[in-house]
Amino acid sequence: MIDFVGKKQRFFFISAVVIIVGIVSLAIFGLRPGIDFSGGTAMTLQLDSPVEQSQLQQEMSDLGHNEATIQKAGETSFIIHLKEIPREEADELVGKLGERLGRQVEITDYYLASPTVGVETTRNAGIAVIIAAVAMLFYIVWAFRRMPSPFRWGTCAIIALTHDVLIVTGIFSILGQVADVEVSAMFITGLLAVVGYSINNTVVVFDRIRENMFKGISSDFAVTVNSSLIETLGRSLNTSLTTLCVILALFLFGGATIRHFILVLLIGVFAGTYSSLFIAGPLLVVWEKKEWGQLFSWLPFVKRTA
Amino acid sequence: MKKRNVCQLIFIFLLFGFALWSIVPLEGKKLGQELTLGLDLKGGSYLVYQADLSELDPDDKPAEIMAGIKKAIERRIDVLGLTQPIVEVQHKGDQYGIVIQLPGASKSQVEETKEKMVALLEFREQGGEGSWVPAKGTVNGKELTLTSRYFKGRIEVIPDELGLPLVVFEWDETGQELSQQITSRLIGKPLAIYLGDEPLRGEDGHPIAPTVRGTIRDRGQIEGLNWIDAQELRDLFNAGRIPVPLGRWTEENGSQLFEPNVPLYERTVDATLGRDSIEKSLLAIKIGVALLLLFMLLYYRLPGLIACISLGIYGVMLLAIFKLLPLTLTLPGIAGFILSVGMAVDANILIFERTKEEIRAGRTLGAAIEAGFNRAWTAIRDSNITTFIACIILIWFGRTLGAFMVEGFAITLFIGVALSMFTAIVITRTFLRLVVGSRLVTDPTAYGVKA
Repeated sequence: MIDFVGKKQRFFFISAVVIIVGIVSLAIFGLRPGIDFSGGTAMTLQLDSPVEQSQLQQEMSDLGHNEATIQKAGETSFIIHLKEIPREEADELVGKLGERLGRQVEITDYYLASPTVGVETTRNAGIAVIIAAVAMLFYIVWAFRRMPSPFRWGTCAIIALTHDVLIVTGIFSILGQVADVEVSAMFITGLLAVVGYSINNTVVVFDRIRENMFKGISSDFAVTVNSSLIETLGRSLNTSLTTLCVILALFLFGGATIRHFILVLLIGVFAGTYSSLFIAGPLLVVWEKKEWGQLFSWLPFVKRTA
Repeated sequence: MKKRNVCQLIFIFLLFGFALWSIVPLEGKKLGQELTLGLDLKGGSYLVYQADLSELDPDDKPAEIMAGIKKAIERRIDVLGLTQPIVEVQHKGDQYGIVIQLPGASKSQVEETKEKMVALLEFREQGGEGSWVPAKGTVNGKELTLTSRYFKGRIEVIPDELGLPLVVFEWDETGQELSQQITSRLIGKPLAIYLGDEPLRGEDGHPIAPTVRGTIRDRGQIEGLNWIDAQELRDLFNAGRIPVPLGRWTEENGSQLFEPNVPLYERTVDATLGRDSIEKSLLAIKIGVALLLLFMLLYYRLPGLIACISLGIYGVMLLAIFKLLPLTLTLPGIAGFILSVGMAVDANILIFERTKEEIRAGRTLGAAIEAGFNRAWTAIRDSNITTFIACIILIWFGRTLGAFMVEGFAITLFIGVALSMFTAIVITRTFLRLVVGSRLVTDPTAYGVKA
C-alpha cells in the first residue's frame, strides 16, 4: 500500500513552491486585466496569408498603437487588444494595416467594451466571487455537519480550494507577464467552475474518510485517511482523467477564442484533483495529530519532527 | 423487482425516443441545424446603447419614450430581413438603454442598423408616378419638411363618441406654419408617415396614410385606425417628438459626458469565424468523447459499455432540452457541455468503483450493484451541489454586459450536471440490473474485477 499520508511533506512542498511563485508574481505584477474589466477593443483579424507576429506588432505601433497586445490565434489569424476604438476607426486602422502588410486583412470578431462596462463587470465579478465563497462555506459546514469536528473538515476543504484558486491565478499572473495572457469574465467563470469541481472531489474523498472512521478500520487516523485516499484514488484519477481528456481536446483543437478559458479549467481540474487527494486529506491528519511542524518541515531551517 | 425494471426500461426508451424525435429534423437537414446558435457561432451582433434623455419634457415618461424608440428601431431594422432580431429596453435607476441583438447579421447589416437608431418620423405626400416625397413648407424663408419633431406635448389616444380611437396631437410654432401650408394644399389627398425610407404600416400591412380632411393649424387628430395601430402610432410619435440620441455616457473629470453614436458595448462576429468555431469545437468534441469512451470501455469493460450507451442517451437528451426550451448554444456553452460530459462520466465511475469494491468484498453481482448505487448516491448528490451553486452565481454574473457569454456556459453546465445525475442513477442502473438479472454475463472480469 502506498503511503500518501507519510509523504505529505513532499506534496505540501510542491504546492508551496507553485503557490509562492504565483503569489510573488501576483504581488509584483498582478493580473493583466482583459477588456471585460478595463474596457477597450478586441479584434480577431483574418489575413489571406501568414505574417510574422513581430511584424504585425511593429506595424501596429507604427500606426500609433503601442498598447496593442497580439495573440496568435491560427496560421493566418490574430487576436489584438487595443484601447477602445469605434468600429469605423477600427476598419480604417485595419485597412491601413492591410496596405502596409500587403495583405487582405479582415475583422472577423469585433468587441468593444466601454470603461464603464468594465467597472460594472469588475464589481459584479467581485460580488460573484464573494457570494460563491460564502455559499461554498455554508455548504461545506452543512455537508460535514455529522463529522466529529465539522469546522476542522470544512477548514481543510477550504484550504484545498484556496490552494486551487491560488495556483490558477498565480499561473495566470505569470502567463500575463510572459505571454500577455489577460483575464476576462470567462476567467472568473472558469475559476468558479473549478472551485465547484474541486470541492466536489474533496467531498468524495472526505465522504470516504468519514465512512471508514465509522467502520473503524484503524485506530490510527493517518492509516484511516491513507486507506480512504487509496480507495478513492481509482475514482478520483479516472474522473479527472476523463474530464481532462475532453478539456484537453477542446484546448488543443477547439480554436483560440476560448483557449484561455479552457486553460483555466485545465489547470484548475488538475490542481483540484491534486489538492483533494494530497492536500485536504493529509492536512486533516496534521490537524488531528497536531503535527503543525510537519507543515513546514520541508523548509531547510526547520527541525524535522518525524 | 423485475417488473419495475421493465417499466423503467420502457420509460427510458420512451424518453429517449421522444428526445431523438425532437432533435432529428425531418426535411433532410443536418442534425443539430435547428438549434439556436449564439452570435459567436452563427455570426451577428450584440449592441448596447445608452440614451440621452435630457431633452425630455417634465411630463414625459422615460419608459414610454423608450418603448416608442424600441418600436421604431424594430420597424426600421425589420427591412434587413434578419431572423429574430431582438430589441430590448434596459434600465438601471434613471439610466435607460437599448439592447439590440442581430443574430446572423453581416457587417454591412450591422452598419446599416447603426444608422437606423433615430426614431424620427417624416410626413410625405404623393409625388409623381406613385412615389412619395417629403411634405415641405417654408418657414422664415427656409424650406422644411414636416416631421415628428414639431409635435408639441404628448400625443394621446382618446376614444370618440362611438368608442373608436382618435390620435390627437398639437403642433409647435414651426409645426403650425408647416402644417397649415401642407394640409391646405393637400385637402382630400393622403399624407403618409415614413420612418426612414419605409412607410409606417399598420397591423394589416397597409401603409398608414390618413387623408387630409381640412386645414390643420395647431391641433389635429387622426381617425379611422384600429386601437392597436392608434396606440402604436402614439408611441412612435412620442418617441419621434424628442431627439433622444443613442450613444454612451462617459465620465470625465467627474462630470457626465454624452458621446452620441458610440455604443456602450458591441460584439460583432463574422459568420465565417462562427463556422470555423463550430468546426473546431465539433472536432474537439469528437476526439475528446472518443478518447473518453475508449477509456471507459477498456477500463470498466461491460459497465463501461453500459456507461457509453447511457452517455449517448445523455447527449441526445441534452440536445433535445436545448432544442425544446429553446436555449441558445454558444462557444462557452459547448465548453460547458464538454465539462458536463466529463462530470456525467464521474457519476458512473463513482458507482462502478463502488460496485467493484463490493464484488471484491465477496458480494454477488446483483447485491454488489445495488450496494454500489446506494453508497455512491450520497457522494454524487453532495458533490454536485457545489457545481450547482457555482452555476447559479454565474448565471447571475452573466447578466452583466461584459460577461454576457458566461450565461451560456453556466446554464449548459447546470442542466448537464442535473441530467448526468439522472442518467447515472436511472439509466445506467436499469441497464446494469437488466444485464445482471438476465444472467447473460456473470464473469466478474467483465466488470473489471480481477478474478
